[in-house]
Amino acid sequence: MLLREVEYVRPASIEDAVRELAADDGARALAGGQTLINVMKARAASPDVLVDLAELEELRGIELGSDGTLELGSMVTYTQLLESAEARARPILGEVSAQIADVQVRNRGTLGGNVCSNDPTNHFPPLMVALGATFTIRGADGERTVPAADFFLGVYMTAVSPGELLTTIIIPSGAGAGDAFENVPIGRDGTCIVSAAATVTGSGTRVAIGCVDAVPVLVEPQAADADSVKEAVRAAELDPPSDVHASADYRRHLAEVLAARAVERAVKAKS
Amino acid sequence: MPETSRTITVEVNGHSYEREVDARKLLIHFLRDDLDLTGSHIGCDTGNCGACSVIVDGMLLKSCMMLAVQADGSSVETVEGLANEDELVPLQQAFSDHHALQCGYCTPGMLMSATALLRKNPKPSDDEIRKGIQGNICRCTGYVNIVEAVGAAANGGSS
Repeated sequence: MLLREVEYVRPASIEDAVRELAADDGARALAGGQTLINVMKARAASPDVLVDLAELEELRGIELGSDGTLELGSMVTYTQLLESAEARARPILGEVSAQIADVQVRNRGTLGGNVCSNDPTNHFPPLMVALGATFTIRGADGERTVPAADFFLGVYMTAVSPGELLTTIIIPSGAGAGDAFENVPIGRDGTCIVSAAATVTGSGTRVAIGCVDAVPVLVEPQAADADSVKEAVRAAELDPPSDVHASADYRRHLAEVLAARAVERAVKAKS
Repeated sequence: MPETSRTITVEVNGHSYEREVDARKLLIHFLRDDLDLTGSHIGCDTGNCGACSVIVDGMLLKSCMMLAVQADGSSVETVEGLANEDELVPLQQAFSDHHALQCGYCTPGMLMSATALLRKNPKPSDDEIRKGIQGNICRCTGYVNIVEAVGAAANGGSS
């Protein structure tokens, strides 16, 4: 398929990448390309300039701090999350990565791409909200840090503005926490119809539900039993879309069931 | 400076090629149209079917989901690189022996996915083989024989 003509640049540093992104309103960061190249084929997006991040090795790191904090570069691939010894500090990251599409996509697709595309059916936005991740964004004026609750702004929209670049995703220590992810996909390892990510810690239960709104919906039940979780999901008064895969009513039903299942598994996983 | 074309150097099946390519050109078109390596197939052009799967710097990927300019400086393996002249590698022979191709359209991608799998996991279970070729669609639905062929190749071509 022939794409629309596009300019391409492969900067050698984050500073250069940010400069190139800021230099043209139509510039877009190209990470693994497993979403962007396909939407360019469909001409659903037609960037004028592709800023390829391939040379930026510093965006591919996975670092486990002595306090258990995980620092993930935005160019970390799903395959890296599956295979990295450090990432096993939070096993849910590998578990969810294994559910993304297929080997080929997992080898190229990146965590940063998944969260920045912020398709409401993506796996990682609800997981990042449940885990309480924070995002480091680099712009011309320096760096800022945004919590997951403020990162996802709308369908395909995040706190990363034009001219900015997501560099790092910070996952807090998993000590004393249990995580789980449940979904009903279209076919095995396919697109989610509804998903629920849960994190249970000593201080409470967090469930983020995906595919029911433009951004993940965070629910914090009073207790971790199934009735409390379902009650909390009902209280969120979800208004999900209806489409060929599921009606709004069915999505509401799935949201309750999957949230309860995710919390149940998270409680079991809690160390 | 951003440019609409770029001179790239790519090693494909051990041969080095230098070509000027449009930034918008997909790797699959570069392989097929510029290098005349038509073994890798275009099935869907949307990243779903896996017929265009190749191995780039040791990583299996779909060459319709990568731009040729992104492969600059890389080493690419395609289905043409498997056989030594007319001598099939055990995986290809196993596909033949086990009738693992009907129309054959998906075969180049299946072979590359299976090659990547066997390098990583020389003795995969049937489940692991199925997971390994998850990104490759056979519209003849000949999966059972394909899984048997990959399993046989893993066991030295017998079984």
